[in-house]
Amino acid sequence: MTSPDKKSGEAYWKATLSLLTVILILWFVVSFGFGIILQPALDSIHLGGYPLGFWFAQQGSIYVFLILIFWYAARMNKIDREHDVHED
Amino acid sequence: MDLKTLTFVVVGLSFALYIGVAIWARAGSTSDFYVAGGGVHPVVNGMATAADWMSAASFISMAGLIAFLGYGGSVYLMGWTGGYVLLAVLLAPYLRKFGKFTVPQFIGDRYYSNGARLVAVICLIFISFTYVAGQMRGVGIVFSRFLEVDIVTGLLVGMGLVFFYAVLGGMKGVTYTQVAQYCVLIFAYMVPAIFISLNLTGNVFPQLGLGASVATGEPFLAKLDMVVHDLGFQEYTSGNKSMIDVIAITMALMAGTAGLPHVIVRFFTVPKVKDARSSAGWALVFISILYTTAPAVGAMARYNLHATMTPGVLTGETFAEGNGLSYESRPEWMKRWEATKLIKFEDKNGDGRIQYYNDKSKDAEFNAKVEAAGWKGNELTVDRDIMVLANPEIAKLPDWVIALVAAGGIAAALSTAAGLLLVISSAISHDLMKGILTPDLSEKSELLAGRLAAAVAVGVAGYLGYNPPGFVAQVVAFAFGLACASLFPTILLGIFSKTMNKEGAIAGMLSGLIFTFGYILYFKGIFITPMAENIPANWLFGISPEGIGTVGALLNMVVAFTVAKFTAPCPEHIQHLVEDIRTPRGAGAATH
Repeated sequence: MTSPDKKSGEAYWKATLSLLTVILILWFVVSFGFGIILQPALDSIHLGGYPLGFWFAQQGSIYVFLILIFWYAARMNKIDREHDVHED
Repeated sequence: MDLKTLTFVVVGLSFALYIGVAIWARAGSTSDFYVAGGGVHPVVNGMATAADWMSAASFISMAGLIAFLGYGGSVYLMGWTGGYVLLAVLLAPYLRKFGKFTVPQFIGDRYYSNGARLVAVICLIFISFTYVAGQMRGVGIVFSRFLEVDIVTGLLVGMGLVFFYAVLGGMKGVTYTQVAQYCVLIFAYMVPAIFISLNLTGNVFPQLGLGASVATGEPFLAKLDMVVHDLGFQEYTSGNKSMIDVIAITMALMAGTAGLPHVIVRFFTVPKVKDARSSAGWALVFISILYTTAPAVGAMARYNLHATMTPGVLTGETFAEGNGLSYESRPEWMKRWEATKLIKFEDKNGDGRIQYYNDKSKDAEFNAKVEAAGWKGNELTVDRDIMVLANPEIAKLPDWVIALVAAGGIAAALSTAAGLLLVISSAISHDLMKGILTPDLSEKSELLAGRLAAAVAVGVAGYLGYNPPGFVAQVVAFAFGLACASLFPTILLGIFSKTMNKEGAIAGMLSGLIFTFGYILYFKGIFITPMAENIPANWLFGISPEGIGTVGALLNMVVAFTVAKFTAPCPEHIQHLVEDIRTPRGAGAATH
């Protein structure tokens, strides 16, 4: 029999891992996806004077990385409280 | 005041600032020495991490690399920022919860083995020394160019300064001097970038200027593509490396960043797990100010360089008679930099003018025009490092901006060197001595040992800076590849796999390390002659030595899981330890 404590620990870890998965998918898509693999195709679209693929590789991916980290930090704080494992 | 005196004054003032901060923040305990007492605010820590991270390579070399690689330079931009996402979500909060002083200590405790700890110490020392040699070299170059002192004096001054605040102040002194150094370096980077962006595109923000238009109304990047194309170079906004190699290099730089011990250890200094998460974000905020500006600096410096050397290229009259810059009337900055041999002119066709173009172009039409114009080969060699250092001079900015760039370059090199020296000294005093060799060391003797180790490390770093083992850039590729293939996967498995055991971890770490080390040595031969030519046809899966860390990391994990499957399972109490580091509650200050 698993203790309630252990069960809630598992639920917390599951919630953490699903957030992680979403973050890492987005991380991969903007850099390896838009910046590298799809760069030749995206370059036909322009963002101001920037070809879009080039923009993702040299600017856009960095901005998205920033948003991802702060979003992760905020979501994790919420998950911590929901599972009652937050710091005091 | 002439430029040299002004540079001395600006650099001198910045040194006085660092020394003042170091005296104010000196270390009193081992906790101060290793993790700055564990009470650093996440925003302050973010700023210190940014200075720690942005080395002489970021400040001096990166924009120049991008200038000559164009789109190909994106691997550095994405690689060296994307690593912070990995760090923030996969490593930093958990290592902070674990609450110890050093990276090898985590590996030793998690894998219940001093052997694993020792392997981690070896990886750490190797990674950090290769990296620190590059920094000391950067200090030497800046000193010799801007202050016209010889490279040894430059090195000695740099070593003396780092010695003073790293040895006295430990992590606490280093943290607060890094904050000061960040301010100096970012100011020094942004001022010329803003001026140049304003000049070329009328836009204050270089990030927007790069996507804006030049005076004639054409988009800047389209114009730059045309300019480099007309001179026979690869178009700026497209790459020339194979996609698999670009992916492997980017991944190796990302995972390498997340696995660099001097970066990881910065997250041990914040008070809470929560702070470790947000602090990685703050670090990236401060880093991206420079990293989103660098592409603009690179592209605009490249444009200015061609516009200076071949003025006609802007109006499509590349091959017009008398178009190349006359060597006699070359600008002042070129004369100054010729003395350092970072820019060289050789008049191959004897016309007294500079022909700067790609003489290895495979475009038959272009080559025919070159032939008709009587050009006899490219006559100018430009070292990429001067793209940042000479940038203010090329753009005709005031002297105080040039002096500022010198101070910024030194700040970037010193802050990174200090961070590296600290992880080396703590690996020796805390892991090797206190942890493995002499466990009954008192706190006071350990602190002394830490200071002695830092002092020795400064000396070795200075020596390596004077006699760098091979070309510095090659050596830095080494550091990232090894961090990516050895430390990163091992720490990652330690957190995300409860069943990974010590046999698996050690076997994985060693195979990742030896494979990557061997591959780089095979093609680059840092200490030996390369055993094969470093060309794509010879590479494994078409992956260059810069990107091989990615394969090394995969190999590390495959070996680790295979060995773990056939050896004794991970003990119960370690599995509980892993469960414990996964939840934030109960994170105290970092302890022994």
